[in-house]
Amino acid sequence: MALTKEQIAQRIARELKDGYYVNLGIGIPTLVANYIPEGVEVTLQSENGMLGIGPFPLKGEADPDLINAGKQTVTILPGGSFFDSTLSFAMIRGGHVDLTVLGAFEVSDKGDIASWKIPGKMVKGMGGAMDLVAAAKNIVVAMQHTSKDGQSKLLKECTLPLTGVACVKKIVSDLAVIDVTDQGFRLLERAPGVSVEDIIKATEGRLIVEGEIPEMQF
Amino acid sequence: MNKVVKDAREAIEGITDGMTLMVGGFGLSGIPENCIAALVESGVKDLTCVSNNAGVDDFGLGLLLQKRQIKKMISSYVGENAEFERQLLAGELEVDLIPQGTLAERCRAGGAGIPAFYVPAGYGTEVAEGKEVREFNGKPHLLEFGMVADFAIVKAWKGDTHGNLIYRNTANNFNEAMATAGKITIAEVEELVPFGTLDPNQIHTPGIYVKRIFQGSNYEKRIERLTER
Repeated sequence: MALTKEQIAQRIARELKDGYYVNLGIGIPTLVANYIPEGVEVTLQSENGMLGIGPFPLKGEADPDLINAGKQTVTILPGGSFFDSTLSFAMIRGGHVDLTVLGAFEVSDKGDIASWKIPGKMVKGMGGAMDLVAAAKNIVVAMQHTSKDGQSKLLKECTLPLTGVACVKKIVSDLAVIDVTDQGFRLLERAPGVSVEDIIKATEGRLIVEGEIPEMQF
Repeated sequence: MNKVVKDAREAIEGITDGMTLMVGGFGLSGIPENCIAALVESGVKDLTCVSNNAGVDDFGLGLLLQKRQIKKMISSYVGENAEFERQLLAGELEVDLIPQGTLAERCRAGGAGIPAFYVPAGYGTEVAEGKEVREFNGKPHLLEFGMVADFAIVKAWKGDTHGNLIYRNTANNFNEAMATAGKITIAEVEELVPFGTLDPNQIHTPGIYVKRIFQGSNYEKRIERLTER
């Protein structure tokens, strides 16, 4: 069975280490916050200017001056801080954010990512994604392995306009956990009930499969 | 030193057709509601607006778009606005999309007298088209330019009569950088206080950057995506 969005988030959460500062993108990445492992303290950064994102506000307590990068109302945890957009991106560009999790339309086996524009459709803009992927030390992508009509999204070369080049380090898709190495994609784990052959078939880019590939546990 | 003007209408005096404006805010948070309303009323047109977003259909900069007062938007994300989409697809509106951190830094650099700088964001993408590439520490960077505006319009939580400003929570966003980059900077505030009553340790924007300030009124502070537990 392919992973649900929640399971993708849950698996990505296992990449979090104690003390990490983490930027979570919009969509599945936001769900990662629900699965932070016991005993691991991470601080979530929002590129519109805060560290220490807390849960969504209680009913009736939303503050229009307190939103995340997806423009949702949020809260701030004790020990958090606010700052302006230039400082926010200075900490991103300066490599101070330990891990960035974002979604993607396509990733290439060189680690290129396309996530912001589908030509011919409405162009909404890249927001902070290009700044994040160009600078973060560690980038994990949450994505579907194939399109609805079965086309691979893990490619030799991206077909859509790029967000950044040679930057993705790891992919957690609905089918597999994959590292991006100098030699191409390397299969690390498979979703429960999904075979190595299924993953090979769903991956257009170069995929290295070595030894026994463990099944993810949930 | 008293920089107080009566209201938004007086504050925007001198903004004429074809000017470039920086407008603070992220989404609908921290936007100068009063000045936007006054600009709509003034009918000024062919504006170039530098703003992270373009508001929604019926609020924020969306109000200026509705009246076709904006010729060009310089933004990082414009996804929440159907009228924007219509004008863009019809070729009635120019749009320059810039990575968010680069956009913020271009405002900061403009205000800080830094004509240009290098950043890694956008290398290898269509954002890099026509830009100088230079390698530092083995990593390619793009040359980007500092930016100034004829007017910068910002919204703060508190301000004093000398133009010192304090922002609240994430409503700071682009306001602090843009306040430094206007040839004339206008600040509208939720609470205007006499100078000397704000704690100097807490001030985000020193009054040197602000030419005009006024106490705003009837803040709607609309929430774009109300999300509760």
